Amino acid sequence: MALLTVQNLSAGYEGKPVASGISFSVSSGDYLTIVGENGSGKTTLMKTVLGLLPPVSGKVELGDGLRKNRIGYVPQQTAGQKGFPASVLEVVLSGCLGKSGLFYSKKEKDLATKQMRRMEILPLQNRAYRELSGGQQKRALLARALCAADSMLLLDEPAAGLDPVVTQEMYEVIQSLNREGVAIVMISHDIQAALIYSKTILHLAEKPLYYGDVFGYKREYFLEGEQHA
Amino acid sequence: MLETLLHYLSFPFVRYALIVGVLIALCSSLLGVVLVLKRLSYIGDSLSHIAFGAMAAATALNLSDNLLLVLPVTIVVSILILYSGGRTKIQGDAALAMLSVGSLAVGYMLFNLFPPKGGNVSGDVCTTLFGSTSILTLTKEEVWLSVILSAAVVILFVIFYHRIFSLTFDEDFARATGMRTGLYQLGMAAVVATVISLAMNLVGSLLISALLVFPALSSMRVFHSFKKVVICSAIFGVSAALLGLLVSILVGTPVGATIVAADMAGFFLFGLIGLFKKGRTA
Repeated sequence: MALLTVQNLSAGYEGKPVASGISFSVSSGDYLTIVGENGSGKTTLMKTVLGLLPPVSGKVELGDGLRKNRIGYVPQQTAGQKGFPASVLEVVLSGCLGKSGLFYSKKEKDLATKQMRRMEILPLQNRAYRELSGGQQKRALLARALCAADSMLLLDEPAAGLDPVVTQEMYEVIQSLNREGVAIVMISHDIQAALIYSKTILHLAEKPLYYGDVFGYKREYFLEGEQHA
Repeated sequence: MLETLLHYLSFPFVRYALIVGVLIALCSSLLGVVLVLKRLSYIGDSLSHIAFGAMAAATALNLSDNLLLVLPVTIVVSILILYSGGRTKIQGDAALAMLSVGSLAVGYMLFNLFPPKGGNVSGDVCTTLFGSTSILTLTKEEVWLSVILSAAVVILFVIFYHRIFSLTFDEDFARATGMRTGLYQLGMAAVVATVISLAMNLVGSLLISALLVFPALSSMRVFHSFKKVVICSAIFGVSAALLGLLVSILVGTPVGATIVAADMAGFFLFGLIGLFKKGRTA
């Protein structure tokens, strides 16, 4: 049973599709990278999958215990978060909101501790989020997303704004989560990294150009190109 | 000095002023944290001008309690502003500037066309804009209304504290984890409008923004967690209001301006503390 099934989806704003004809599915253990140029509809697609935008047409279905609107989402940093006064613990705990009542119980606090330990940021829990390095902030956001749902993560450009060493490290953290069984869906510009780490590729340019395993994608788009060169 | 103070405190209207002033400052400083962090401080400013227009209309209509008109009008406009954010044809900030300055002009016009009975126009306009004496002329009913509304704001803030944090820090994530953000925004708009309508009495419409932004900005310079910033902001806001009120009672300076002066002094003090803390950790 798939965690996420997208059927013939058109994603867009106010009834005008930005990207259409999209179908894919994600099961436990999958690692899907959605690649494409700016304006190809990647972000719009992800917002639709998250339920932040209504689909223009088609269907987004969540299965296997993933409740609607309860997805582990790792967004890009917004401008407002740069100087935001919040401790790492406060940020990570907010991932438990979908599960908690008005206040956090011990269960949620334990979950937050567990996910911070998993992301190796437990010693930073009382530090100010705004004073962390870019990589540490991403780990905090990953821990927060894992608190919300640890069967599937949706990541929006996880390497944006990180230096090459930290980028590499970030991809390895994500890969280790994937090996532990967390399904990964990622939007990325970084085709090289997508070829190395992901299992499935969806290449989007207002409509899907390619959807399938990473080996087929390499054959179709890269090896041929090299032969011509 | 203490004797003079005790003498003044023996008057009920002075006690009313202190109670209402402290409560309004408490609510504004709590909401201010959210408004400042969500980059919505300008909305508080615009709403206060709208409230001025509504106050003028209420005076022209000769209502028994001006809040009866000011409160609903401000709430409706506040909801429209926060809800239509980004969807309007005219650019958001320009539309707000238009709305608020228009409301000021119409308000002043109304004050002149329908001057309140027995009052003088410039005195009334000055009171509505800068608060001057209105906090000292509250009726018992107005005091109770302020107490109930402020208590409601504080209780709501405490109950929904964690959700308010999530919504403020990352709205998209909050929605993706199943929070009905639209509903919370609606509630927030209504609450902000309520506090601004109440604060008209304390500092007048031109100075309301100070109650919203100074406590939050000052606390953010010293503290690094959301909880500490919220708590410090509440204490800061209440202290500045209390100090301002007492000084203005003793020295006879205008209430609103004195409170804002106390806020400014606090802001510089916290700025220095922030620098000092940074210097020590660096």
